[in-house]
Amino acid sequence: MSEHDSQHRRHVVPVPVYLAVFAALCVGTVLTVTAAGHDFGALNTPIALGIAATKAILVILYFMHVRYSPRLVTLMVSAGFAFLALLILFIMSDYVSRPWPIVPGS
Amino acid sequence: MPEAHAHAGPLRHHFADLDQQQESSALGMWLFLVTEILFFGGLFTVYTIYRHLYYDAFSAGSHHLSWKLGFANTLVLIGSSLTMAMAVHSAALGQKGRIVLFLLLTILLGGAFLGVKYVEYSEKILPCLGDGPHAGCLVPGARFDASALHLEGKEAREVQLYFSLYFGMTGIHALHMIIGIPILALLAWLAHRGRYSALWHTPVEMVGLYWHFVDIVWIFLFPLLYLIGHH
Repeated sequence: MSEHDSQHRRHVVPVPVYLAVFAALCVGTVLTVTAAGHDFGALNTPIALGIAATKAILVILYFMHVRYSPRLVTLMVSAGFAFLALLILFIMSDYVSRPWPIVPGS
Repeated sequence: MPEAHAHAGPLRHHFADLDQQQESSALGMWLFLVTEILFFGGLFTVYTIYRHLYYDAFSAGSHHLSWKLGFANTLVLIGSSLTMAMAVHSAALGQKGRIVLFLLLTILLGGAFLGVKYVEYSEKILPCLGDGPHAGCLVPGARFDASALHLEGKEAREVQLYFSLYFGMTGIHALHMIIGIPILALLAWLAHRGRYSALWHTPVEMVGLYWHFVDIVWIFLFPLLYLIGHH
């Protein structure tokens, strides 16, 4: 086993990194509420989702260790979000390009 | 395959080494989380379409929620993610006592989140029970009372879709936490029994991934449900 020991010592994320990510997530949450109090017109939702996506990426990269994981894990995560994009994109393209909802009397 | 070799330590005999074993677990866990992303993705797509169709009703429904409770709960859940990350960190350093401590803190914060959720749910659900008038009932259906939201006619019907999605999405999110908490308790017990070492603590890491995923879902649910048209 001894020749494998160095390989077993996987990357241990230092505690200050976790604390910094936690602080950034708290700031992001305050920012979300503050931004919601202002009217940016058509940008209201993109701003809210942008902050949420940034927070999610911080959680994925640091709390979930994807930044320190093998490429195969990164590929799996990326593929997941790529298929989520496909799901939303194709449903929305269908939704905006045909008369809908088809409700009698509406 | 001799018995002694097949069961020597945490390394299962079909893996080359512990690194490969851990990476296989991480890959499998992420595959499960990908199905979860798509599962919640379907709900978010439904939300997007109906919010676009019935924006005014969704905005009115959102204003009825307490953003302060949602805000506080977001911080509580982010805090529980930090304690979960610290539990995994302690496991990687082989600090048994600290694994248990941080797992218990995670359970405590998760319980606090569910407690706030209970308060939020009960004020919407309790008026629907019993025979009397159902003023303030916000469960979609025959007893739904739109007058509490100062809505009538078309929007009074449309806002029920908002509350269907509110209960559906936050309910499934809460269900994930209700499933997660006993698993955390089991991990804490096993960590206390000395099951995990710096060399092998994969279950702590995998449950950590699950817990952080649940946190991410809430990070999106908070602005989308609590903060529609708040300016």
